[in-house]
Amino acid sequence: MELVEVKKLQVQLDAFAGKDVYLHLETTNGSYASHFNEAFFNAGAFIRNVVINYELGKVVGDSPHRVGLKLPHGWVYAQGITHYEMDDHGRLLLAGHDGTGKLAVALQISETPFSY
Amino acid sequence: MTIPKERHVLVVFPHPDDEAFGVSGTMTTHIKQGTPVTYACLTLGEMGRNLGNPPFATRESLPEIRKKELIASAEAIGLTDLRMMGLRDKTIEFEDDEKMVGMMTSLIEELDPSLIITFYPKFAVHPDHEATARAVVRAVRRMENRPKLHCVAFANNTLDVLGSPDIVHDITPVRDNKMASMKAHISQTAWMLAEMEHKLAQGDPETENWLTKERFYNYRWEDDFEETF
Repeated sequence: MELVEVKKLQVQLDAFAGKDVYLHLETTNGSYASHFNEAFFNAGAFIRNVVINYELGKVVGDSPHRVGLKLPHGWVYAQGITHYEMDDHGRLLLAGHDGTGKLAVALQISETPFSY
Repeated sequence: MTIPKERHVLVVFPHPDDEAFGVSGTMTTHIKQGTPVTYACLTLGEMGRNLGNPPFATRESLPEIRKKELIASAEAIGLTDLRMMGLRDKTIEFEDDEKMVGMMTSLIEELDPSLIITFYPKFAVHPDHEATARAVVRAVRRMENRPKLHCVAFANNTLDVLGSPDIVHDITPVRDNKMASMKAHISQTAWMLAEMEHKLAQGDPETENWLTKERFYNYRWEDDFEETF
């Protein structure tokens, strides 16, 4: 993965607009957050291989960036995006990695389903 | 404590690297004693968070990396029967409970273990650990002749509620195997191992003790974690 360059990533987001794409969206603090700090309120969400079709995709702001996808009847967005990669399977993988190298958020789109 | 010889040992954990820290020395000891050991690893740790910064992997490439690490860890342990059960990390508790019991029951019926090692329900911290432990306990509960069930517990309240571990194995003779097993999972353990080796080099007794002693609780059937299933 490489650091997000807004102009380059915007081109990639534009390329998937108006197509049926499989979505992976995840936010996490890790399953041990409340073990190491019992006062920590651990929340997260995960969705994988749901098909969406967005009419407009935008990457905004300085790093860590926000990325939003406008749907005919709704929205998808992620904040904290630092890195991206167009992988060998033509999938656009966006991720937010914190200073210790831990993933905090992922937003991925693909024209073919992600594995199980 | 000498480790008694078993007919067959079945180890069930959900993540690659769960076996390394708490059980790998015990597994190697059994194998060296000529006991067949099976490790059923339910997922490939697909949702691991250590991906580096700069990243060395993506959410999609991580499973293949961790699969290779798991195989390398099995080699370090001396394990020849490694089962990868194909579930997805962080989803085990959402699977059908009866299906999970069935998965454990088929392993037990096939292998006829005299000892099963898993996590201790309600003292296992991670939701996948808990779901794995529940499935194993439920499968064993239904058996007429139950094998020994040794459980790993590490929740913050473990000592307060369960007391000291019933079984403590000194795995010093196979320490190198254990270290190699932990190092095999380098994508997830690098930072932790660096700190551990630093402490070991300084002769820190607590770290040495943590590394060479593996601790288990006998599952307490008289204080079962649920009344019925």
